[in-house]
Amino acid sequence: MTVAETEKKPLPAPSKVQQKVQQSLARRQRQEKLFRGVGISAVACSLLLVALLFINIFSKGLPAFWQATITLDIYFDPAIVKIPEQPVQGAEESDNDFRERDLAWRSAVGMVNYNRLIQAGLEKVIPDALQHRRDLARIVTSGERFALRDLVIADPTLVGQTKTLHLLTDANIDVWLKGNIDRSLPDAQQQLSAKVREWVDQLAAEGVIQNRFSFALFMNPDSRSSLASAGLAGAFMGSLYMMLVVILLAVPMGVAAAIYLEEFAPKNKLTDLVEVNINNLAAVPSIVFGLLGAAVFIGWFNLPMSAPVVGGLVLSLMTLPTVIIATRSTLKAIPPSIRQAALGLGASKMQAIFHHVLPLAIPGILTGAIIGVAQALGETAPLLLIGMKSFVASVPAGPFEQSTALPVQIYLWQGNELRNFFEARTSAAIIVLLALMLSLNALAIWLRKKYEKRW
Amino acid sequence: MSNLTLIVCLLVVMAMAYQLGMVRSRKVATINPVQRMHSRPQHYGMMVALWAVLPAFFILVIWNLLAPDVIAALVQQSLPPEIQSQDAQAVAVTLRRIANLAANFGIVAEAADWELAAAAYMQQLQHSSGLMLTALMAAIAAAGLTFSYFKIAPQRRARHQVERVVKAVLVICSTIAILTTIGIVLSMVTETLKFFSFIKPTDFFFGTTWNPRFSTTGATDQGSFGLLPLLSGTMMIAVIALLVAIPLGLMVAIYLAEYAPAKLRNTVKPVIEVLAGIPTIVYGFFALVTVGPFLSDLGQTLGLTIRATSALTAGVVMGIMIIPFISSLSDDIITQVPKALRDGSLGLGATKSETIRKVVLPAALPGIVGAVLLAASRAIGETMIVVLAAGNAPALTANPFEAVSTVTVTIVNQLTGDNDFASPQSLVAFALGLTLFVITLLLNIIALVIVRKYREQYE
Repeated sequence: MTVAETEKKPLPAPSKVQQKVQQSLARRQRQEKLFRGVGISAVACSLLLVALLFINIFSKGLPAFWQATITLDIYFDPAIVKIPEQPVQGAEESDNDFRERDLAWRSAVGMVNYNRLIQAGLEKVIPDALQHRRDLARIVTSGERFALRDLVIADPTLVGQTKTLHLLTDANIDVWLKGNIDRSLPDAQQQLSAKVREWVDQLAAEGVIQNRFSFALFMNPDSRSSLASAGLAGAFMGSLYMMLVVILLAVPMGVAAAIYLEEFAPKNKLTDLVEVNINNLAAVPSIVFGLLGAAVFIGWFNLPMSAPVVGGLVLSLMTLPTVIIATRSTLKAIPPSIRQAALGLGASKMQAIFHHVLPLAIPGILTGAIIGVAQALGETAPLLLIGMKSFVASVPAGPFEQSTALPVQIYLWQGNELRNFFEARTSAAIIVLLALMLSLNALAIWLRKKYEKRW
Repeated sequence: MSNLTLIVCLLVVMAMAYQLGMVRSRKVATINPVQRMHSRPQHYGMMVALWAVLPAFFILVIWNLLAPDVIAALVQQSLPPEIQSQDAQAVAVTLRRIANLAANFGIVAEAADWELAAAAYMQQLQHSSGLMLTALMAAIAAAGLTFSYFKIAPQRRARHQVERVVKAVLVICSTIAILTTIGIVLSMVTETLKFFSFIKPTDFFFGTTWNPRFSTTGATDQGSFGLLPLLSGTMMIAVIALLVAIPLGLMVAIYLAEYAPAKLRNTVKPVIEVLAGIPTIVYGFFALVTVGPFLSDLGQTLGLTIRATSALTAGVVMGIMIIPFISSLSDDIITQVPKALRDGSLGLGATKSETIRKVVLPAALPGIVGAVLLAASRAIGETMIVVLAAGNAPALTANPFEAVSTVTVTIVNQLTGDNDFASPQSLVAFALGLTLFVITLLLNIIALVIVRKYREQYE
């Protein structure tokens, strides 16, 4: 039968079944559309959630990168800054003696009442300052006196000179000026006295207090006495040391383990067990690794609490399965012809793998390693259990010193009582952490795109 | 010399030995023009380097393991007899004081004369131990180096030796994973057994109240350590999370795998997977400051009392977190369903959605169940979201709008408080951890078995 013939033939009367099908078609097509619509809305909903999360964090956190800063002319009054001359090491003086003298000098410089200098500076811009001495001390955050001290230590000739400085204001002033507190609240519920609020509004109008980019957020360690100058430097260094430990331990060990399991291990019960074990280890809750760290590294090996080296060890154990799994899948993807060619030319198995297979696998291995490190960077729970949630007000100088980590700092800050100020600052810390993690992930994706080979 | 300097010295020796070996093997090769060398010069270099360094390194490790105990034992023998006859704990405390004195750390209270003498003796022992170690290592390294140096000969199979060492290193690295598991199980089990010496296991597993007092209130009043309120809170949050994540994640997977054009799929998939890479502390903060108050306000307009930190808040946010787990795993599984099944269904006149619902999904069901179980184990073990957003109220309740507490939250609370490490209040964290480990392990094993079976079905 040709096409023309079928067209000519009159259609037979539709049977009951056909009628039923015809009638149900509209409904079925509606269902099809509905199903599709549900699918699209699920995708849209998920994308919306991603967007919501990021918009939320960024809208809260970005303003915190700029802080209310007061610009003052500070006169380093020799009558107040009475310091001896900076010691210079004599020719026959031993290093130890000099260090002692230098230390004495530094502590003498530290004894100076820098708040008086700041207050004198404030008196120049606030006309009725002298009547309200107590309020005056509330404007500049208390940590800035150490900034003045460090200036004097760095350059003792400053004494007797006037210098224009940008000083951070108190955290509550930042909150007040950014409108993060209800301005109509009665005096009893306001953190700042009426006088300070009046001054601050006026100084802001005059441009003496401005929103400036806050370097303190990046350069300072955490602080509890001077909230406005609490920063991420300590946590950042702690995280950096931990990541170094992870990179030095988890990556080489994971790669070595993967090479053995993929290329050398005989296929038997034992290797099966190792394989199942690694897959399970990858899915063990992170907090269990924290318990392991608390019991083994701190309880049995007596390693120091709160030290980045212990955190790094715990995170290494946690990252190891990720690295092993990523490396194995990369090795698996490299065609056997490469190995066979090398073996055929007389290379030993070891040479074939280390000289020919491994170089081809490096991009994949790096991608896996970077993703593992990024994961470790964002991990919080196990670190809480090995004591890294303690407050540390200094930048750790080495991996054996007390410190916190970036995600733990976020945890500590979100619990701070001064919610109006720390909600924004926590979001800012989250932005820093996310930026680090996302750039690591972007690096991994770029590496994969650039060196990916399809065999 | 400190261990670090010794290791640096070893590395220097290693580099030198490598060079020596290489040069020597080349010379040997020129002396014997007839017989070809078995291995390449690098292998001979490496062989010499390993002979020089490895035995010395083992000595270093063993010495570091044994020396402190030997020194402590010698110091203990030198102590006055009346001190030695004290019980073991008192002797240990004394030894720690002496060790602190010897290391020039400060100690509490004035040091007695005999303590100072013991500390001086300890310092002297430590000093001579260091000297002995350095000398021993130097001798062994030199011996290894000369031995292997003069062994270089054409018939010497240097490559085999080197490769055997490399292989041993690879084996050792791959056992670390097993050791980690053993470490987890051992540490948890020993600490849990200690906990069960205070509290009966039945009281722990079937107790319905959670109220661990502070350890300072004395040993007679232990408080109650009932697991059930924590477990119910954990399960409630996990169920809420799955109720959020399964419909969303599954529909996303279906849409991306079956409907979406390649371009959309390639952009949407990574964006959703970003959700999986966000640290959980960020989700916790998001739940605490945004989702919680939002849900609470929503409840108010509906006439419900929803606490800002509740099982619902934590569950919803955790659901968002596990969407990518479910969507990408299900996506893989749906795309693995053979095309023939789809074609058969479409050929019989079914619409695409009918094909998906009646053919593809039933075929993919085991795999999807596996994915859901993996996501569930993730939800049960999640910590930071619940620490911040679940409200920490360990009570048996079926109301998702109330604050609850979970196993993970309690582990954090018990181990980060001011409790003595040996008190049941701290040790219970390990019992909880073991419970958590076993639950997630079972879920994972079941999920892996299901997924693997499913894969075999279509391979």
